[in-house]
Amino acid sequence: MTFFFRPALLLLLAAALLPGSATSSAAQAQVVQRPASFTLANGLQIVVIPDHRTPVVTHMIWYKVGSADETPGKSGLAHFLEHLMFKGTEKFPAGQFSKTVIRIGGQENAFTYYDYTGYYQRVPRDKLATLMEFEADRMTGLTLKDEEVLPERNVVLEEYNMRVANSPDAQLTEQIMAALYLNHPYGRPVIGWKHEIEQLNREDALAFYKRFYAPNNAILVVAGDVQPDEVRALAEKTYGLQARQPAIPAERKRPQEPTPVSPRTVTLADARVEQPSLRRYYLVPSAVTAPAEESAALEVLANVLGHGSNSYLYRALVVDRQIAISTSAWYMGSALDATQFAVSAVPKPGIGFADIEDGIDKVIADVAQNGVKADDLERVKTQIVSEAIYARDNQSTMARWYGGALTVGLTIDQIVNWPDRVRAVTSDQVRDAAKTWLDKRRSVTGYLIKDTAKREDKRS
Amino acid sequence: MSARVMRAGRRTLGALALSLLAILPVPASATNIQRVVSAGGIEAWLVQDATVPVIAMEFAFAGGSTQDPAGKPGVSNMVAGLLDEGAGDLDSKAFRERMERRAIDISFSDSREYLRGSLRTLKENRDEAFDLLRLSVTKPRFDDEAIERIRAQILSTLRRQSTSPNDIASRRFFEAAYGDHPYAWPPMGTMESVGGISADDLRSYTKRNLAREQLKVAVVGDIDAASLREQLDRIFGDLPAKPELRPVAPVTAAVPPARVNVTLDVPQTVIIFGAPGIMRADPDFMTAFVLNHILAGGMTSRLYNEVREKRGLVYGISETLVWFSGSALVLGSTATRADRANDTIQTTEDEIKRIATEGPTQRELDEAKAYLKGSQMLSLDTSSKIATALLQYQIDKLGIDYIDRRNSLVDAVTLADAKRVAKRLWDQKFLTVAVGRVVQPTGAPARN
Repeated sequence: MTFFFRPALLLLLAAALLPGSATSSAAQAQVVQRPASFTLANGLQIVVIPDHRTPVVTHMIWYKVGSADETPGKSGLAHFLEHLMFKGTEKFPAGQFSKTVIRIGGQENAFTYYDYTGYYQRVPRDKLATLMEFEADRMTGLTLKDEEVLPERNVVLEEYNMRVANSPDAQLTEQIMAALYLNHPYGRPVIGWKHEIEQLNREDALAFYKRFYAPNNAILVVAGDVQPDEVRALAEKTYGLQARQPAIPAERKRPQEPTPVSPRTVTLADARVEQPSLRRYYLVPSAVTAPAEESAALEVLANVLGHGSNSYLYRALVVDRQIAISTSAWYMGSALDATQFAVSAVPKPGIGFADIEDGIDKVIADVAQNGVKADDLERVKTQIVSEAIYARDNQSTMARWYGGALTVGLTIDQIVNWPDRVRAVTSDQVRDAAKTWLDKRRSVTGYLIKDTAKREDKRS
Repeated sequence: MSARVMRAGRRTLGALALSLLAILPVPASATNIQRVVSAGGIEAWLVQDATVPVIAMEFAFAGGSTQDPAGKPGVSNMVAGLLDEGAGDLDSKAFRERMERRAIDISFSDSREYLRGSLRTLKENRDEAFDLLRLSVTKPRFDDEAIERIRAQILSTLRRQSTSPNDIASRRFFEAAYGDHPYAWPPMGTMESVGGISADDLRSYTKRNLAREQLKVAVVGDIDAASLREQLDRIFGDLPAKPELRPVAPVTAAVPPARVNVTLDVPQTVIIFGAPGIMRADPDFMTAFVLNHILAGGMTSRLYNEVREKRGLVYGISETLVWFSGSALVLGSTATRADRANDTIQTTEDEIKRIATEGPTQRELDEAKAYLKGSQMLSLDTSSKIATALLQYQIDKLGIDYIDRRNSLVDAVTLADAKRVAKRLWDQKFLTVAVGRVVQPTGAPARN
């Protein structure tokens, strides 16, 4: 049941990336408790987020390795390994970990993305020690047999069929990303290219595992009804026994993108497409690569343009001009390297992409020239900051926010201060972000259309 | 906005989405549920908790797509899409601005038998949130502009669904199982029916279904009973006392002799299988619930092991109990590439037959019971999850003490019960719908 986060899911996380404080009248109160954080001698960073409402804990181990760390030619390996991590160790044979989690009424799963791979369980609080023993053992103790690896590769291929092959929309995303990234491995799909998934094997997986899975390349996040001292004591006895791997470099360096010079377009035509749509991705700085105020401005910009029915794109294209059925925008701030800012629209029947693009361009040009109205700016900031309070209602969400942000290289300070950064964003900063980054030369526009040509006529 | 399209899409998962309700465990704060009854007689279940300054409310009116006008499916769904698009003096833009300015979420959705609402607000914006909610349920506007905008969004979703194997499979399953019965009506409607829905249809539906009598409400968060009592009358007090509901006849799902094969040029074939299930009020329900965990409950279940782990046939496979007021199903789904579809269906059917014949082992039964008891508090660690569960208990008429009784009901399931109910549940023919490239001649006999 392992899975990797679909981009769409990640967007939601990114859209509301970091926790913060209350809105307007509650704006002054510091409602985010700073989580406890400490590092074991072997380099494992541990973060503890308290939530004592229910006697439950969420235990997540995040490895600082994702699909963007794969060797060319081995795409899909990080995700494949994630699946294989459920195949048992010398100490605990296949199935024992999962059986134990289920027997105590727990839940578990795992996820892979460009910059990280994570494993989590949610269990009654008194079972935390058991989990930590299993998870720490799995950090270095994995054993793999071909009779487990090969059926699992078929499972991954079925996952590929479900997520990509059966979805023209997902195929368009793959094409846009591949066109957007000329040099950086974000251009490769997390799940991998099919022809390369088909060739992945036990040796590939074990080599990747030995190279990247170690305490000094991981972050443990524990959220829920637990005290930091308790977590520290348990971690010393479990994760603390794992040896540091000095060969893993502290800095994660991937090939970087050149300055983009040319707008690109891709078209995905498929007979199954009954509803055409358009998406444009811009290459923009992430929360890690940009100065903090710029990243916050991009987040505000995405919300101004594309969140809710008072967003500028929705008002212009859907309500006023009535040429689109829906619109959206998002900014994927939580990324190690240069990331994506996207706008999208679904045209009304009979409306061409040219009209839609013209409409989008005008909205963006207006913001790049005039910035954002004070009311709109205030509304959007309130929404972003309020998301942080709502998030406190969900310990898994909190664990994901911290884990995702820390794994790509943000600090706890940056996370805790995020609401203040958002509150400080000015109309001029949003205007400048639009002017600087939403430049068509930095973009790929993707069109999803129906393939109406008969196969044999395709050349005509 | 795309969120609406997504919401509409989620609704059409129909039975599959609904079936998730089957696994709701109970909150740890069980003992703290208060029954709050307003002066006007509106009842709500409340868990007061001030840890986070948030209030979550879930509520449901009896209604849903089975109350759509005959021959015009999709009215209830469209009402759900429009209740938060303008009310009272506020047009859509003004209404949404008031919500967004304070980060208030109000949304509506419909299922086959309920029109549901959901509210989330920060405590400090409580009065504004409840006032907007009052307007949306008592004075929806149904302005032309909003109707056409939402209609276009629903049509767009229907266009998308017309080539989606999951949506096609789900629709075909319900058609085959329920024929002309309202349970077979597509909750989102059809291209044709949605095109013909008028403002009068929407108003008439609202007038008939949004009423106090069968309203169920659950609230969790930073609000006390006295305040909630007042608010209930403020929000819902102006609604008519009784809904005008058309009775929906009880019905047993049909299982036609042949598998339903739908040809669609997709790399992965989607398979849905099901049969008549066990009603929520049936004394065997809890036994069936425990059994279903053994067959299909996650990474240690029989189906997961046999179909996915050992053979690598599929990525996901599920089977759940689904119930309505007048019918019940066991309903499963999975997906695999075309040339392995028959193998997957065969392996799945073999496992179902095996558990029907042999029942579970004592060990499996013990482990399933341990899981179901242990997981009780786990899924109820957020306000909205608890509110959703409390609403479902009310819909299922389980009583406010259900939380205290639930684990003893699980404990009471014996191996003899389990063997008997396994036969009852699974020793029958299944209806299988396969959507994908041709895997076998249409009309080949279904296996049971």
